[in-house]
Amino acid sequence: MHSRTAPSGGRRRLIVSVVGAIAVAVLAVGCSNTDPAVSSSNSPTSASAEYMAPASDLTANITYAFWDMLQKPAIEANIAGFNKLYPNIKVNLDVTPWEVYWTKIQTQASSDTLPDLFWLNGPNFQLYASNGKVLPITSEIAAGAIDPANYPSSVVGIYNLDGVQYGVPKDFDTIGLWYNKAIFEKAGVAVPTNDWTWADLSKAANAISSTLSSQGLYGVGGDMTAQVTYYNTIFQAGGNVISADGTKSGYSDKATQAGLQFWTDLIASGASPSMQQLSDTAAEKWFTSGKLAMFYGGSWSRTSIANSEVAGDVNVVALPAGEQEATVIHGVANVVAAKSKNIAAAQALQVYLASKEAQQQQGDLGAVIPAFNGTQQAFANSYPGVDLQIFLDQTAVAKPLPISKDTSAWNALEAALLPDAFSGTKPVAEVADDLANQMDAALAK
Amino acid sequence: MKRIRTSLLTRRTRRASAGSAGEGGGPFNHGAGVWPWLFVLPLLSGLGVFYLWSIVQTFYFSFTEWGAFGGSTWTGLQNYTRLFADPDLYRAIGNTLIYTAIVLLGVPVAIFIASLLNTPRLRFASVYRVLFFMPYIAMPAAIAMVWRMIFNGDFGVLNYVLARVGIDGPYWTSTPGFAIVAVAIVGLWSFLGFAIIVLGAGLKSIPPEMSEAAELDGASPWRRLISITVPLLTPSIFFVVIVSIIASFQVFDLLYAILGSTNVALPRSMTLVYFFYQEGFVNNQKGYASAIAMAIFAIIGLVTLAQFRLQKRWVNSD
Repeated sequence: MHSRTAPSGGRRRLIVSVVGAIAVAVLAVGCSNTDPAVSSSNSPTSASAEYMAPASDLTANITYAFWDMLQKPAIEANIAGFNKLYPNIKVNLDVTPWEVYWTKIQTQASSDTLPDLFWLNGPNFQLYASNGKVLPITSEIAAGAIDPANYPSSVVGIYNLDGVQYGVPKDFDTIGLWYNKAIFEKAGVAVPTNDWTWADLSKAANAISSTLSSQGLYGVGGDMTAQVTYYNTIFQAGGNVISADGTKSGYSDKATQAGLQFWTDLIASGASPSMQQLSDTAAEKWFTSGKLAMFYGGSWSRTSIANSEVAGDVNVVALPAGEQEATVIHGVANVVAAKSKNIAAAQALQVYLASKEAQQQQGDLGAVIPAFNGTQQAFANSYPGVDLQIFLDQTAVAKPLPISKDTSAWNALEAALLPDAFSGTKPVAEVADDLANQMDAALAK
Repeated sequence: MKRIRTSLLTRRTRRASAGSAGEGGGPFNHGAGVWPWLFVLPLLSGLGVFYLWSIVQTFYFSFTEWGAFGGSTWTGLQNYTRLFADPDLYRAIGNTLIYTAIVLLGVPVAIFIASLLNTPRLRFASVYRVLFFMPYIAMPAAIAMVWRMIFNGDFGVLNYVLARVGIDGPYWTSTPGFAIVAVAIVGLWSFLGFAIIVLGAGLKSIPPEMSEAAELDGASPWRRLISITVPLLTPSIFFVVIVSIIASFQVFDLLYAILGSTNVALPRSMTLVYFFYQEGFVNNQKGYASAIAMAIFAIIGLVTLAQFRLQKRWVNSD
């Protein structure tokens, strides 16, 4: 008896204190919602009305999400410049590796907890814009804070949906033919020039592979992920991946198939490592280890090539021409989450990162090609002895990365079906026709 | 022996209820009220929110189709009719079975190693045990990085060694067919340590007198292993088999990390859970992925149920 009554009194006290603790917690959460910093920047008009640069004493805590660790130093420099204008806006950098970036962003978008400002790319843009997940920059353009005419129009167009602009590129990239002078010398083959054609490339690559195969060297290679390899050759052959209005696959087109056949032939003749070899060891790794003479690689490969053991032996030229010259161009844009609680601060950062000053800084640190016209020279000069200028000059013949409303649906089909064509397991035409049918079905959804 | 244990148990229960008899009733009867439940609440709420509720929700979602950013519409059995017509499902089941079969090959190996480690007066026994157990506690991502290098077709150690003895090794992780075997070899290797520890504990509970008696009767070490050790070890073996089958049916991280997302062999090497991940998180078809998850749930449930039914035939319960 005795021992039973004591705890029951304790129980009551416990319940009271539990209830009390919950109440305190609820109050605390309530308080943080009425935090002056949050409410001041949460004015609903800031999205729709003409953009006005916020007061320099605006206090906020915002998150900026991106995937490229290599660009972190340049971005930190940008944020330092931004904080000179807005000392009270704290920007948290959230770096997520590329492999899981989109899974994370999509989950955050589903629960409306997107980072205030984040990187968006072409393939994902229309999905987010058409679902109202990102804010247009109409008000910033109207106010003259951002002028799309300052950036390459082919990349600006990627971030335009139904006439509404949602962002401007922070950078852009094109594809070039990197080559290793030492291997060419060893094989006794003349190095590539900007005037090369497919035939020149094929001849040189086959010559190098057959001369130096005993040392495990190959003539040419590229990761068989659309953007760096076969999209370029498809455009060079005069084909297309998807119709201009984004509703019909281009893979049944004979010219498109010729762009795929180019790679199948190089792999079949042994000029390029096989699909399996490229799965085991990425093409960039082959090249930076001195095992590959020519490498189809993006302008972004500059950093890893410049830091590799072949750094002193390389140069780069424009991609060899097929029926025509072409390269794929793409750039990343900074976009503001529509449900951000700090729209004013996020837009201020978006505007700053689009400025000439910020992009000049990006170019000076050499990580990427900044998109603001006239800021690219620092990038072109950033690798002495290597003609990075070709990445800029190729914008004249560049085609924007093919996208549609739900790009990932048919990107998955490409990844699943095309390896059979490249490895020679099935004829290119058969695989491409099959892909065209499945892609059309996916686009019709 | 069983009877003694039961009577001990009832005596203890009786004493416990006698203690609280003053208020009347046992610990879970009227007097105690909500108290016992309050104590299990932390565990129960976690279980409820993160397991039971998720299962109920997933079951519901498997009858819906999702938009890109949530918002689901009821589509009835459509996901299931599509699933059963999807060749990827049967390929995934096949790959999962291959993986499971290879990992299960580790059980006899583990019995053999565990009985070696159980040798009386073995020196450094605990050192060996630690060495065998290490792979099990190492991070799968780190393990995968190392094995990826070992399996590399052009520059890997494995093919280098094979070449030395005149065998031209395949591209282990990028050839369909070989890729799942390569992943299973890593799975077997990292599972072995766990099996050895569990079976080792089981061996310790076998009275040494039995083996000694058999030895006096002239039974060879092999005969003693097969006729005494293994039959008495069946409860531990049963446990290890159940756990390894469940874990094998859920294999994902090793496959994901060893093959990599751009591997040409990947579309033909997917396991059930990878298939689920691919549809749910790469292709963003959450409704369809829920149907796959329910299928995995049903398959594992059926396999485990069958094992419990069959255990009466071979598991020694004395």
